[in-house]
Amino acid sequence: MIEIENVTKIYRMGKVEVPALRGVSLNIQRGEMVAIIGASGSGKSTLMNVIGCLDKPSSGRYTFDGADVSQLSDNRLAEIRNKKLGFVFQEYNLLSRVSALSNVELPLIYSGGLQKHKRAREALERVGLGERAKHKPTELSGGEQQRVAIARALVNNPSLILADEPTGNLDSASTAEIISVFHKLNQEGITVVLVTHEVDIAKQTGRIIRLYDGKVVSDEKIAQTTHP
Amino acid sequence: MKLIESFVIAIRSLFTNKLRSSLTMLGIIIGVGAVIAIMAGGRGMENYVTSTLEDLGTDVLYVQPSNPDAPGMAAMSPGYATPTLTLDDAEAIARIPSVLGVAPTNENFVELTFGGETITSVIEGTTPEFQEAFTYEMASGQFISERNVASRDMVVVLGSKTAKDLFGDEDPMGQSIKINGKRFTATGVLASKGGAMFGFSLDEIVIVPITTYQTRLFTLRTPSGEDSVMSIGVMVSGPEAMDDVKADIETTLRKRHRIDEDEKGDFSIVSMEQMIGVFSDITGIISIFLAAIASIGLLVASIGIMNIMLVSVTERTREIGIRKAVGAKRRDILLQFLLEAAALSLVGGGAGIAFGWALSLAISFIATLAGFPLQATLSPLHMIVAVGVSIVIGLGSGIYPAMRAARLNPIDALHYG
Repeated sequence: MIEIENVTKIYRMGKVEVPALRGVSLNIQRGEMVAIIGASGSGKSTLMNVIGCLDKPSSGRYTFDGADVSQLSDNRLAEIRNKKLGFVFQEYNLLSRVSALSNVELPLIYSGGLQKHKRAREALERVGLGERAKHKPTELSGGEQQRVAIARALVNNPSLILADEPTGNLDSASTAEIISVFHKLNQEGITVVLVTHEVDIAKQTGRIIRLYDGKVVSDEKIAQTTHP
Repeated sequence: MKLIESFVIAIRSLFTNKLRSSLTMLGIIIGVGAVIAIMAGGRGMENYVTSTLEDLGTDVLYVQPSNPDAPGMAAMSPGYATPTLTLDDAEAIARIPSVLGVAPTNENFVELTFGGETITSVIEGTTPEFQEAFTYEMASGQFISERNVASRDMVVVLGSKTAKDLFGDEDPMGQSIKINGKRFTATGVLASKGGAMFGFSLDEIVIVPITTYQTRLFTLRTPSGEDSVMSIGVMVSGPEAMDDVKADIETTLRKRHRIDEDEKGDFSIVSMEQMIGVFSDITGIISIFLAAIASIGLLVASIGIMNIMLVSVTERTREIGIRKAVGAKRRDILLQFLLEAAALSLVGGGAGIAFGWALSLAISFIATLAGFPLQATLSPLHMIVAVGVSIVIGLGSGIYPAMRAARLNPIDALHYG
């Protein structure tokens, strides 16, 4: 589903060019659960932005679901993000002034369609938060907020969920909870890509891609040992 | 995304920041309110002047002495103009075809005394045609007659308000009153007309035969020593005859006054239409001028909206990033912020209309207390214009902040702050 061929990404800071990705190639198949790990500055967030169609590569080729992303317009990218992708961020990134339900409805506003409330409520139920739909993010715990974010990511039935350090702000109990939600979604057929710097978490996925200095330094499949 | 949904989002986000939204709106409310109040007041003033002048009758021409050397309207002012018209001139005009009658009239202030009561009033020295020319009805008794004029009778017809002020509930008919110390007999009372002319009520007058006025009350002679007439009201058969009658009066008076064609006349002819036109123009110009000044308030208000929208975009950078990450397109964000600005100014404009209307009612009330029965009039056109202007202001001041919001890069926006 994801085919990345020799992708580079160079940021311009004034007159200085900062390469964040220097020729990354990798393929991710539908239904995989993959961890991308690396120290900060290794380019893993940039890679996630590229995979997530938030950013276009400077050179190289990125094909998502058969479409060459570098050729697409901003509007097409927005549609892909809306319909085929779901994002989960370290800082949850919820709208603090509206309810959990309204947060989950947000992607549906831009995709149109009927029964927004019903679909948003179903998504909340899938992450086990059906009864807290009317609460505002500030009234929820970190783990609950992250589950709202996951519900928002999956409300449009995406084929890929991208999570950037999703457990970075959470205690170990909530972390286990969130990881198990990802496992569940993966079992339901959604491809999950986790960006993390915690090896423990990476080990709970099926494949670890390690980035260093803008390049892939290792890419190993691991046998699923435990299931939390 | 549907327009209605965007509008709901916009309204909702205005509600999450009520104090800021209402303070921003206040600018629009005051700006629109001021413009509306001025327009409504100006319209009321115009209606007032027009209806007052129409009360005097529209098929009437006025002939007045005029100083050929004085500039513009000053030529007709009594201070400038030499008295040149006489009763013989009036009779000559009366013989012109299509002229139904003439009402030569002299006017002044007098003191009226009855019993212990003394009041000041306007006196009209005139002929029976005055009643028709100025459309007065009788409440009781009779208007002055041809005979009264011919024999310089000491009779007086009272305006309704004058009668009430002087006699209270007593019947004035046949009573003897003093005008500037001279004894007159009241023979009639006019029905109330209600209007007012430049602050003088049309009911606060007394009417005497013009000959009596000239010989017993005020003497004003032409340079050749004849008794003069201040103005001659000419009743014309209809609007279509106006121009012909005007030309005929011109020729007749020039001949009588021996004025050559290339000289300026020592009189001028004014129609009621002209006077209404002049006053409408004046009030129109004044209200447009005032509204222009008041709309500076709208400019300030629109700067306020732009300012608050720019702050809002900066504050909500992360929200914009989130919305873009979940699939909002540029135009969705643009629309959201544009509609927010438009909603802000639309609601403010609506409230401004209400405020302006209340203000104009207050102005009418105060003006009426002060003796000008002014009725501020808010036309639908003014309201439509006000709403339209509000929307334009909202869109105009919202477009730049909205464009900034729409252009934000989602990655930068997500990691802002």
